[in-house]
Amino acid sequence: MNQLHTPSPKTRRYSPLREMVLVRLREFYREPEAVFWVYGFPVIMMAALGIAFRDRPIEKISVDVQAGSDAEQVVEVLSQEEVFEVAVHNEAVCRRRLRIGRSDLFVEVDGSSPRFRYHFDPTKPGSLVARNAVNDVLQRDSGREDAVAVENVEKQEPGGRYIDFLVPGLLGMGLMGGGLWGIGFVTVDLRIRRLLKRFLATPMRKTDFLAGLMISRMAFMVPEVLTMLFFGWLVFGVKIEGSLLLLTALILLGATMFAGIGLLVASRARTLEAVSGIMNLVMLPMWVMSGIFFSTDRFPDAAQPFIQALPLTALNDALRAVMLEGSGPMVIAAECMLMLAWAAGSFLLALKWFRWDN
Amino acid sequence: MPIAVRCENLRKTYSGKPPVEAVRGLDLAVESGECFGVLGPNGAGKTTTIEIMEGLLPPTSGDVEILGKRWKTAEAELRERIGISLQETRLSEKLSVSETVTLFRSFYRGGLNPAETIRRVSLEEKSKAWIRTLSGGQKQRLSVACALVGDPDLLFLDEPTTGLDPQSRREIWQIIREFRSRGRTVLLTTHYMDEAERLCDRVAIVDQGQVIALGTPRELIASVGGEHMIHITVDEDGVETGRLADSLESLPEVQGVRAEPSAIECAVTQPHSVLPRLFEMLSSHDINLTGLTTRHASLEDVFVKLTGRHLTEQETAQA
Ligand SMILES: Nc1ncnc2c1ncn2[C@@H]1O[C@H](COP(=O)(O)OP(=O)(O)O)[C@@H](O)[C@H]1O
Ligand SMILES: [Mg+2]
Repeated sequence: MNQLHTPSPKTRRYSPLREMVLVRLREFYREPEAVFWVYGFPVIMMAALGIAFRDRPIEKISVDVQAGSDAEQVVEVLSQEEVFEVAVHNEAVCRRRLRIGRSDLFVEVDGSSPRFRYHFDPTKPGSLVARNAVNDVLQRDSGREDAVAVENVEKQEPGGRYIDFLVPGLLGMGLMGGGLWGIGFVTVDLRIRRLLKRFLATPMRKTDFLAGLMISRMAFMVPEVLTMLFFGWLVFGVKIEGSLLLLTALILLGATMFAGIGLLVASRARTLEAVSGIMNLVMLPMWVMSGIFFSTDRFPDAAQPFIQALPLTALNDALRAVMLEGSGPMVIAAECMLMLAWAAGSFLLALKWFRWDN
Repeated sequence: MPIAVRCENLRKTYSGKPPVEAVRGLDLAVESGECFGVLGPNGAGKTTTIEIMEGLLPPTSGDVEILGKRWKTAEAELRERIGISLQETRLSEKLSVSETVTLFRSFYRGGLNPAETIRRVSLEEKSKAWIRTLSGGQKQRLSVACALVGDPDLLFLDEPTTGLDPQSRREIWQIIREFRSRGRTVLLTTHYMDEAERLCDRVAIVDQGQVIALGTPRELIASVGGEHMIHITVDEDGVETGRLADSLESLPEVQGVRAEPSAIECAVTQPHSVLPRLFEMLSSHDINLTGLTTRHASLEDVFVKLTGRHLTEQETAQA
């Protein structure tokens, strides 16, 4: 009967999975705002934070010299070193500037013994460094010889800068946001529009539907990740130390895990408000504690078991290990197991609770 | 006639406080090849009933059989063989007509070519247009196209023309008629009595979750004694009018005649065959016609007679 009513002799095979993915991709790319939030936002964030926390030039040591005889000579000696910022003030001013932190120390030039008196506050960071630096210069000027020859090798280690710490964190954050919004929000939207129910009224296989969502999510993620890594490398010189294959696998695992969590979050929600609320509730602790912007070490030990169990903490730690330290799979095995557990658990629960109807 | 849809003693109670008894013991049998209408006011339980038949909602109790199969045991096969349009589905605004129909086509093992389906609902010119740009009637036709694309034997349509303008409603009717003319079965719900009357072979009138009347539109209308009514006024005042009335009464299609000195009202089964004879009689009796109206009793009258209420709130307000 079917052939009878199919006028076109062309037989074309239709793949539901392919159509599902195509439809999701079209819907996404026809939504310029969504494209911006997914691709533009992380780059803008990276640029802003990278600039704000870029490494500053070496800080100067501010030294005051108390006015008096021989002050001029001391100023001349210290000024030969670029690191010092030297000024002459009377005693009261010197004391006040030290107290309010305008100077790191002041030098009182006295008679012959003691020749110099260093005034500083040892509880202030850098004050001892300043004292030793000033002392070195003045001692050498007075004829002290170095006992052994030394050489300073100054080098800035790439991989140790704040931006290097930041890029893997932002990558993890992007995977989390993309998974939760990309799967969770879209699913609830389909449910509200009764399209989930409409799909259920066809012979569509549920596995095709879910696989379509997942594959399209992975497809959106590729340019997102590449943009971030490329931008980080181009502008800030952030390099990937470890294996690209391992990094790819890790990113896929992370994306899958957050897609599962997104599906779980969306499994029963009936309104966009409800799903946004739950998503923010899920993401907030991870934004703060999972080491996107600063290390998880800053939180007290008591909180560590909780923090280390968070999915984003595991992903960020593993990303940093691979990207910054070039770690191999064995090093990040524990993180990967944790992520697998999160992924499996959330998918299973999501499928169990999933509501097609509204 | 084989039965396409059968349900027996169907009940659905939505849990809640208080629980809602949406369907209370409903029996239906839809024959293969007919267009069957479920007519009832808002809240009568039409959507609940049709969604149970579609296998989308579990009944609280009762039995449903579709194309001789049951949902529990033959869901995969039934899904391939039926087409559904839900009362309210918002298709993706930023997909085109053809992309949407192709998506739905991909879910079915066999079916129509998407372009052919789009042609059947007369949306060829909008094929590449985003759904966002479609009118309400065009969106509804697209929704029907998505139900047709699997080339179903049985089509379920929940209020397919609600909220549409008369022109759009006629376009939908045309699509349904064409589908039925291929020997397929349609089950639709509506709260428009004219839709049930003009489109459906048989109609079940439902109210408060029960079938309160069942039959062809004509049977239902006849059941309240209603027919097509022809009312004429003439510039006569007695004798000739009476003779004309007698002549009319002798026609087989005329059920009854009531004559006044200068007016006649008659109930007829087929006004189209009565009217030409009426004009012949007018000229042979040499009577001048001063006015002619026809109206027919409607399913609305059936509903009013059975429930004392009108089908739509608007008409209740006017009444
Ligand atoms: N999901 C639901 N939960 C509770 N009550 C419902 C639900 N759906 C429908 N109802 C109630 O059931 C009754 C029948 O609804 P419905 O089947 O939608 O009627 P119709 O389609 O004829 O307008 C109404 O009183 C409606 O409020
Ligand atoms: Mg309804």
